[in-house]
Amino acid sequence: MADAAEPLLTTADGRPLRAALTAAQSRAKRRAFLLVLPLLLFVLLTFLVPIIYMLMRSAEHDGFAASAPALVEWFGANPGFDPANPPEAAYAALVQDLARMQVEKTTGMAGTRINYSVPGTISLFKKGAREAADLTPPYKEALLAVDADWGKPALWRGMLSASDVYTPEFYLVASDMKLTDDGWARGQDNERIYLYLFGKTFLISALITVICLLLAFPVAHLLATLPMSKSALLMILVLLPFWTSLLVRTTAWIVLLQEQGVVNNLLVSVGLIDDDGRLSMMYNMTGTIVAMTHVLLPFMILPLYSVMRVIPPSYARAARSLGATSWTTFRRVYLPQTLPGIAAGSLLVFILAVGYYITPALVGGADGQLISNLISFHMTKSNWSLAAAIAAMLLAAILLLYWVYDRLIGIDRLKFG
Amino acid sequence: MALPIYASPLERVWHYTYIVLCALIFLFLIAPILVVIPLSFNPDADFTLGVEFLDPSTYSMRWYDTLLTLGHPAVEGAVRDDAWWSAVWERSTWVQAAKNSLWVGLWATILATTLGTIAALGLSRPEMPYRRLIMALLISPMIVPIIIIAVGMSFFYAKACVAPDSAMALIFGWMLSEKGCLANSHLGVIVAHAVLGIPFVIITVTATLSGFDQSLIRAAQSLGANPRTVFFKVIMPLILPGVISGALFAFVTSFDEVVAVLFIAGPDQQTIPRQMFNGIREAISPAILAVATILVVISVLLLATVEVLRRRSDRLRGVTGR
Repeated sequence: MADAAEPLLTTADGRPLRAALTAAQSRAKRRAFLLVLPLLLFVLLTFLVPIIYMLMRSAEHDGFAASAPALVEWFGANPGFDPANPPEAAYAALVQDLARMQVEKTTGMAGTRINYSVPGTISLFKKGAREAADLTPPYKEALLAVDADWGKPALWRGMLSASDVYTPEFYLVASDMKLTDDGWARGQDNERIYLYLFGKTFLISALITVICLLLAFPVAHLLATLPMSKSALLMILVLLPFWTSLLVRTTAWIVLLQEQGVVNNLLVSVGLIDDDGRLSMMYNMTGTIVAMTHVLLPFMILPLYSVMRVIPPSYARAARSLGATSWTTFRRVYLPQTLPGIAAGSLLVFILAVGYYITPALVGGADGQLISNLISFHMTKSNWSLAAAIAAMLLAAILLLYWVYDRLIGIDRLKFG
Repeated sequence: MALPIYASPLERVWHYTYIVLCALIFLFLIAPILVVIPLSFNPDADFTLGVEFLDPSTYSMRWYDTLLTLGHPAVEGAVRDDAWWSAVWERSTWVQAAKNSLWVGLWATILATTLGTIAALGLSRPEMPYRRLIMALLISPMIVPIIIIAVGMSFFYAKACVAPDSAMALIFGWMLSEKGCLANSHLGVIVAHAVLGIPFVIITVTATLSGFDQSLIRAAQSLGANPRTVFFKVIMPLILPGVISGALFAFVTSFDEVVAVLFIAGPDQQTIPRQMFNGIREAISPAILAVATILVVISVLLLATVEVLRRRSDRLRGVTGR
């Protein structure tokens, strides 16, 4: 063939060019990767591993499995028992474990573990453990005489489930499921706190995103169309809040909006409201929304501004000269060109709002708390696995949004100022 | 943006409404920050004032003084001699918090900036493998909610311990907690804050490098420069503004961070934000406003520095205007 007759392209020292090029490219790849490697290892070790560890904790709890060895062993030997009517041997193992818990002071730990799926179990365990040493066979009748609740199928299902250290239970609890006598079921409407708070968090975040967009659009447009010297000055008004401590801004809103705050005082002294008719704008949902909007507004203005800045004004002029009204020009010509900025800003604000913690914790009061605050609440109550499960669910939502952001906008397009 | 001469009366009305609207939004952005400043000079403990706080004749430095004296038994009217000042330096709660904040912030910044700049150099090379994925991972500390990061770290750092009397304990022991763990230690807070600052360093430095002419490196190499000379004499001077901006971002991130500190720090790592967080939770004392005012002044200075750097960087890269 003609190709074979052609001389092979080689480098000066006689190596085939293709091989030399491949070697050079892989060397360049290795070099680039080596530069990133130290940071990559650092982030893996201090950031990614802790998060993976948290995910493991969300499916793991040995509070019951470690403190009830006899019952765990019995469950292992009899996996198919009927929770509605456990045999005497199971009760014997349970009483033995309860007596042991009393000695080793692990009653609280074991009771707490079961309590996640079957509420009211801690007190049952404490009472049972106190009496366990004095009980005599037959243990079933003896234990049921202490408290009839020991015969509840839900409790036995809960203990069976808790006898395994690894469990999906915390995800079920965080999805408002609870153990009934017939197995897992959806809780009543008034008990659905977790999914309700997830929904509320997403709704409030969406609301804040819309408010931010409405406020940011005119400002970004003004900044993009003013001459450089003026817009640079006004830009400081956007960047200063961005650089100011979050806690300072939250403090400022408390000072402004609380009942004895600046805004209420002004309104009273002007005579718009009575002294006893002061508006309550702080320590509730209003406070959370106002303060979060203020904090997140620059994250909407900056991406919008960077898109609007490069929109040529000649398009709008062309539309006008062709007879479009100013409204049509805006709607059909200008607005579509700003869409990349709207998408970037909205997604960023929404992602940041969903995981917000400090502002709701400080100004939210009772009804202005978001899902992050619930995670923190369970952490302080030592419900670590449950906190981790809720955090994992929030993380899944955030990663999904992050992926959308990367597809749509690209993370390397993020910029500040 | 001037109004075109063909604008109809309705458009004129709309134009001025729009200007007023923008002014109100700017007021919304800046007023909360400004209102803190006069209030911090207000001598009353409960600032139940209307507009009187704007009257400078009533101003006092009382709350700034509190910042010095809180936490050590300073007698009212004590002589402010060297002993008094050294007591302030050693024992005042806020001074301790400031020292901790600066110390943690400094090391977190150094760590984030060094690792981040080197990584950004690799990331902005066209031949970098898995660029998008690695970039996504390195930016994620900014996107993942801080509460999730803090929960993960509080679990893991409590377990990340060195065995006593081991070689690791000899090297790292002094930076760890008494039990030899990352939790409740300065090192734990420093690495946590470094991770949080890394996205900002990566973003600003890669942005600076995007306008960097790679042929300058080849030119230097062809003139006989070794890699070290190329880095310090050619690359560094050109990307320095971006590096400093990134470092300032990283410092501010650490200096303002409270959630990770709440979850992984012990009583010895009391920082300014933590102190403020606790203060705001209880009841806002005007002393908090004095701290807030100081922080506002610091952020104005930082913003000015970053702006100057950005302009310099744009000029170096030959970008005119914005």
